[in-house]
Amino acid sequence: MALLEVKGVTKVFGRLMALNGVDLTVAGGQFHGLIGPNGSGKSTLIKCIAGAEQPTRGTISFAGRDLSAAPPQERARAGLSLKFQITSVLPALTVYDNVLLALQAKGRISQLLLSRTRRPLAHKVMTMLEQFRLAERADEPAAALSHGQMQWLEIAMALALQPRLLLLDEPTAGMSLEERRVTGELLMPIKQQCSLVIVEHDLDFIRDFCDVLTVLDQGMVLESGTVEQIQTSRKVQEVYLTRV
Amino acid sequence: MTEEPAILPSRSRLAVLRFGERRIAAIPILELTLFVTFALLPLAIADYLTVFVTRVLIFALLAISFDLVWGYAGIMSFGQALFFGTAGYTVALLARDLEITSIFIVIPLSILIGLGLSFLLASFLLLGRYPPTTIFVALGTLTGSYAADRLARGWYYLGGQNGIPSIPSMTAGSYEFTEGPVFYYLAFATLVLVYLLCRFVVRSQFGLALAGMREQESRILFFGYRVQHLKAIVFSLSGAVAGLAGGLYAFHEGFVWPNVLGVVLSTQIVLYALFGGVGTLIGAVIGVIAIETVSFWLADNYQDIWPILLGLLLLLVILFRPSGLIGLIVSERERIGTFGGPHESSDRRQGGSGGAA
Repeated sequence: MALLEVKGVTKVFGRLMALNGVDLTVAGGQFHGLIGPNGSGKSTLIKCIAGAEQPTRGTISFAGRDLSAAPPQERARAGLSLKFQITSVLPALTVYDNVLLALQAKGRISQLLLSRTRRPLAHKVMTMLEQFRLAERADEPAAALSHGQMQWLEIAMALALQPRLLLLDEPTAGMSLEERRVTGELLMPIKQQCSLVIVEHDLDFIRDFCDVLTVLDQGMVLESGTVEQIQTSRKVQEVYLTRV
Repeated sequence: MTEEPAILPSRSRLAVLRFGERRIAAIPILELTLFVTFALLPLAIADYLTVFVTRVLIFALLAISFDLVWGYAGIMSFGQALFFGTAGYTVALLARDLEITSIFIVIPLSILIGLGLSFLLASFLLLGRYPPTTIFVALGTLTGSYAADRLARGWYYLGGQNGIPSIPSMTAGSYEFTEGPVFYYLAFATLVLVYLLCRFVVRSQFGLALAGMREQESRILFFGYRVQHLKAIVFSLSGAVAGLAGGLYAFHEGFVWPNVLGVVLSTQIVLYALFGGVGTLIGAVIGVIAIETVSFWLADNYQDIWPILLGLLLLLVILFRPSGLIGLIVSERERIGTFGGPHESSDRRQGGSGGAA
């Protein structure tokens, strides 16, 4: 059974149709790339899946549950986790507290009031920070991190929720070549932990670890298939060669 | 010998200590200084001043209740007087009509009334399908406070404009708590307990969730936090504290009148916290001390123009020091504090703390 099923999702902003009847299926354990020219609806689709936007029409089912009308917090609790395109770590909190905030999110309020999980989660927080090369900066405010490190911190926070499906919206935006390379290395091990939907402009970046690619163009699915199929697709080449 | 932990390099360890030193430098010292001063004050001042400072302690509870909702949860409540006054009126009626004055009944009841009423209001204002806007909650609480004021003014049973005078003293068995040092220490002990409880809450993991909510409410929704529930809990807790203050106030002053429910007192509470500095509990207490002391002194020395002078002073602080008086000595970093750190990682840590309180 598919983990995520998006059926006929349409999103209209005023007179602009950002998405027009989009279908998308993500299987468990799959890494799914969303590519397409600027304005093709990639970010809108990912926001509709995470609950940041409500689709005008269509349904979104996750793990057999219809989440089309569910608020973001319920989707997060169901196992969907989003990393926004624009970095949105909490700059005034320390790097450590940012991850702890995400890790403790599913705890009961009574546990939080009594700080029951503060110590038990400490090791997990540090393991995640080590995984994302941020352990040395654990005590510093997140605002002090470089842009690339903030992106890593946000991925760490999204992963801290132990999602079944991680949604990454342009995780390498604004990164240097070296930071991009490291990000690729950091994302590889995630494959053992969850499924992934990643929005990315850079085809070279995602071709190495995506099982399936879906190409969006003008709010519609242009093509969907393996990396090889997409690379040889004439329709995709036309769009990329003429508009990117 | 302790092995150097891989996850805690020396640079980070130093940061923890430096961080800890900075934190200890201001807030805990302020807290200790203020509370020790309060503990010793009745020994050094005249009785009429003890009565005045008791009122300050009770208002400090109210300011803390507002600081909890605005400074920690980002809920603008113009209705704290509603919980304060309703609890005050209720215990006054109990004392007047049923002669119930036992501290073991009236104080828990004050807390319950504040808690129940604020939870009821939170259900309407905060627990709707969609997150409410700040202005919606501000107007909702303001309306509640105003309506209660008008109701009390027009209801003969509640004493109308004159309120309920000559409330009997609060009792514990045959002992009567009359105004003076005994009531002072009762109010002081209550303030210390409430302060410690609120401090525990705002420095807990729940406090971290509140800090995240204050920073970026829309972000933490995507972590799965039920933000409206968090807000309703803080709002109810703050209502309970305001109710407790109302019960104490009614018995200390010996009378209640519609103003204790109304918009004027609600606004005064907002000013206490803004003047002292929101987001640190001690800031709210400092705000009450500063405003009440300056008012007391101005009213004595500049009888005709003191409200204008006080208003100007408040305006100046809010315009030029939006973080309040506390912002003069406590950094933003220290105000937010930390809620954990690498030192919490018990199996691989070395000694020393220095993180969050």
